Amino acid sequence: MQRSFLAQNPSVMWFLAALGLFTVVVTLLAEGTGTALISTSFVKTLGKVLCLCLIAIAMDVVWGYCGILSLGHFAFFGIGGYSVGMWLMYARTEAIVETSMASSVIPPTSAEVQDAIAAQIFGVVGASEFPMIWMFSHSLVLQLLMVVLVPGLLALVFGWLAFRSRVTGVYLSILTQAMTLALALYLLQNDSGLRGNNGLSGLQNIPGFDDVPQSTISMVFFWASAAALGAGYVLFARVLSGKMGSVIRAVRDDEVRVRFLGYHVESYKLFVFTLTAIVAGIAGALYYPQAGIINPTEVAPIASIYLAVWVAIGGRGRLYGSVIGAAFVSLLASWFTGGGAPNINLGVYEILWTEWWLVLLGASFVAVTLFFPGGIGSLFDRLKGDAK
Amino acid sequence: MSTLLELSGVSVSFDGFKAINNLSFQIGEPELRAIIGPNGAGKTTFMDIVTGKTKPDEGRIVFGEKNISLIGMSESKIAREGVGRKFQKPTVFEAQTVRENLAMALKNPRGPFEVLFYRKTKEGAERIEALAEQIGLTEELTRVAGELSHGQKQWLEIGMLLAQEPRLLLVDEPAAGMTPAEREKTTSMLVEAAKTRAVVVVEHDMEFVRRLNCKVTVLHEGSVLAEGSLDHVTQNPEVIEVYLGR
Repeated sequence: MQRSFLAQNPSVMWFLAALGLFTVVVTLLAEGTGTALISTSFVKTLGKVLCLCLIAIAMDVVWGYCGILSLGHFAFFGIGGYSVGMWLMYARTEAIVETSMASSVIPPTSAEVQDAIAAQIFGVVGASEFPMIWMFSHSLVLQLLMVVLVPGLLALVFGWLAFRSRVTGVYLSILTQAMTLALALYLLQNDSGLRGNNGLSGLQNIPGFDDVPQSTISMVFFWASAAALGAGYVLFARVLSGKMGSVIRAVRDDEVRVRFLGYHVESYKLFVFTLTAIVAGIAGALYYPQAGIINPTEVAPIASIYLAVWVAIGGRGRLYGSVIGAAFVSLLASWFTGGGAPNINLGVYEILWTEWWLVLLGASFVAVTLFFPGGIGSLFDRLKGDAK
Repeated sequence: MSTLLELSGVSVSFDGFKAINNLSFQIGEPELRAIIGPNGAGKTTFMDIVTGKTKPDEGRIVFGEKNISLIGMSESKIAREGVGRKFQKPTVFEAQTVRENLAMALKNPRGPFEVLFYRKTKEGAERIEALAEQIGLTEELTRVAGELSHGQKQWLEIGMLLAQEPRLLLVDEPAAGMTPAEREKTTSMLVEAAKTRAVVVVEHDMEFVRRLNCKVTVLHEGSVLAEGSLDHVTQNPEVIEVYLGR
């Protein structure tokens, strides 16, 4: 009597088909693999947008479905980025140092190589030794493990403390803001070991693939981001289907009642919070090699608020809604702030979109919340309603 | 009939006000019991204490053959031990269907991972059908609970409680806001449920209590004032004093 999961959830099929089609079209038009109608930098933008869509569906699950308005999920995204960035910087600097030292008469000892790498990486913050947190940076496997483990453990501990004390609603939101702010302030310190406000840079150069042009590397990351988004979508749709989804939505609507049904509400919240944090970490790990640089401002409190805005505009409580919201708003943002939109000269005052874009975003957020609570995603429901 | 729940010497106060004052109470299994009392007598606080929502300042609460103490247990643990609670206002999950509401309440393992990998079973589906039949919502199984009438929501909630298969059922003012026909149906559901388990009904409405035709406990200022048949307690001068004397 059990039908397959995909057959029961046609919207997942539609989403995967649309994502697949989009990937094929971009591949055919891209500089590296097709007709070069799409520049490499725009391929990177699209790849980054896919990563933002992935963290947006995570946000939708934690907020739209489970009712936890987390305003700190970009902290996990940033940790994912830093984790993979540490290996990228280490391995690339190692290659450079080894090349430059190869010509010296006496072969360098491994300690000398280490010192040279450390001096290269930490020169900007006036240090020349590897801090403790870089102890695994030589190993890609270990750093990839950190992408999953560090956000997961942080979410587990933070969530356990917060949910156990029954912190809910706006108080929890403030607490998550404090968490991401604390992380940003920690990273800003020069002696935190992550290069302070310089952050990690040169992440677009993948060690061992120096001969491969960026046009090709950008496509590989684009495909990886698309695959991760598809996998994340299926994962969350699976979690939200059936009884688990029922309980998660019930926690959102009336957690007291769920408790009296015999469900340990805190465990469910912790499960959702931790799982979405891990997915956010993976999204970040794919995002920053495409962005090329990560610094503490990426995990500033405002980033997580933008995330909530995307999901609200796209339509929370619908996975595809959050994808639409994140893609639409972030592409629009890069159009406005990238000088794509012509400034409007009013004679006495000129509207510069790089500044006024935020006002526009804020106004549309208020408008969506007041007049259109289902967001863009709810348009699909109306289409379905007409078709019946 | 053996004792299922026993409270002895339980007290709880909020900001100096003694909501429950040295309360002792017993209920057997199976048994139907009505608790009446004027406003502020501690009826709802009594339920809060038994279900773990409020921690008592002193006293003992033991449940079942093994005499396990309910004090200090979480609400969800107490619910899993077999205590079900129906709130005054019908609280069903309005965004979900009647079937989903019942499925969530079915007695099954409650851990997140057990629920995540839960597979629908034939027995579960049959149990849901039987429950829907019992509460008269067979036709409404696929409807969203928010669309149901007030009375239907109350029954759905009773159905969810039955699905939990509790040994003790605490029901807070089930007849509030119901039509006479709906009341009658509710009465028979509760009487039926009490044949196999302990049911405690907190009620304001004397007429409804009379129909339940069961032992009555009168609460006043947080402790038991009188206990016995409805006729017996309504002739008690202290009870008359409390209800009519002011």
